Amino acid sequence: MPSTIVREDEHALVLAAKAGDVAAFEELVNRYERKIFRLAQNITGNREDAEDAMQDAFLKSYAHLKEFQGDSRFYTWLVRIAVNESLMRLRKRKPNQISLDEPVGTDDDIMPREVEDWGPSPEQRYAQTELQQILNNAIENLDPPYRTVFVLRDVEELSTEETAALLGISVPAVKSRLLRARLKMREQLQRYFRKGDSN
Amino acid sequence: MNCNSVIRELSDYLDSDLELAVKQELERHLADCEDCRLVVDQTRKTVEIFCGSEPLELPADVRSRLHEALRRKAGARPI
Repeated sequence: MPSTIVREDEHALVLAAKAGDVAAFEELVNRYERKIFRLAQNITGNREDAEDAMQDAFLKSYAHLKEFQGDSRFYTWLVRIAVNESLMRLRKRKPNQISLDEPVGTDDDIMPREVEDWGPSPEQRYAQTELQQILNNAIENLDPPYRTVFVLRDVEELSTEETAALLGISVPAVKSRLLRARLKMREQLQRYFRKGDSN
Repeated sequence: MNCNSVIRELSDYLDSDLELAVKQELERHLADCEDCRLVVDQTRKTVEIFCGSEPLELPADVRSRLHEALRRKAGARPI
């Protein structure tokens, strides 16, 4: 799914920032700070790490702006830096648990075990902040290789190719992890959304 | 196409990334299999909820520290 976040003036802002206009860079920061913080929070699962990763991502992008060639979207470039900063912190916190290269499981373990009808629309059933908390918890419960792909594809809405390039894995690997991640997310959300449950 | 094949193709189906013949075969299965239909609909809904979600406001203290750090950096080293 293509991203919808690019605005027409982004290119001009990047050019101005490269020419030394600090206000133009701050405008880019204002535009993306919420998304980058959410991205970092989703990957690290930790607010302190998310804040550090976001801050360092913006500072590094500022310091290296001249190296940005403009052959990709500025946001994609920024996301790449933020993902690296986030993964670095995640690995530091859980050094023995984190590998983005671990092999995926067999076909058998992806088959849905529980299938129950969902009740009314989740958006109608839960207040915005409550729903947000449910979604955040569900993301945190995914293992990092799946979590990272799910966040980039289905939250940040990067393409499969962009996600593969950003993580340094193949397109089939992205697709395989995305399938598993989506199925696991469905299974988790079922607990909250199934018909007959009042919360 | 059986239930296992539907699940394996589910993600590509949701992303409209299936060849037409496979897509038609999958949809024929869905017409007759309620369990698969539920899984497909719920997975689609799951993706839609996340895709459509707007990030919450940045906490004021986090935002303030970020912009302070940027100004320090800009002051020390103009682009």
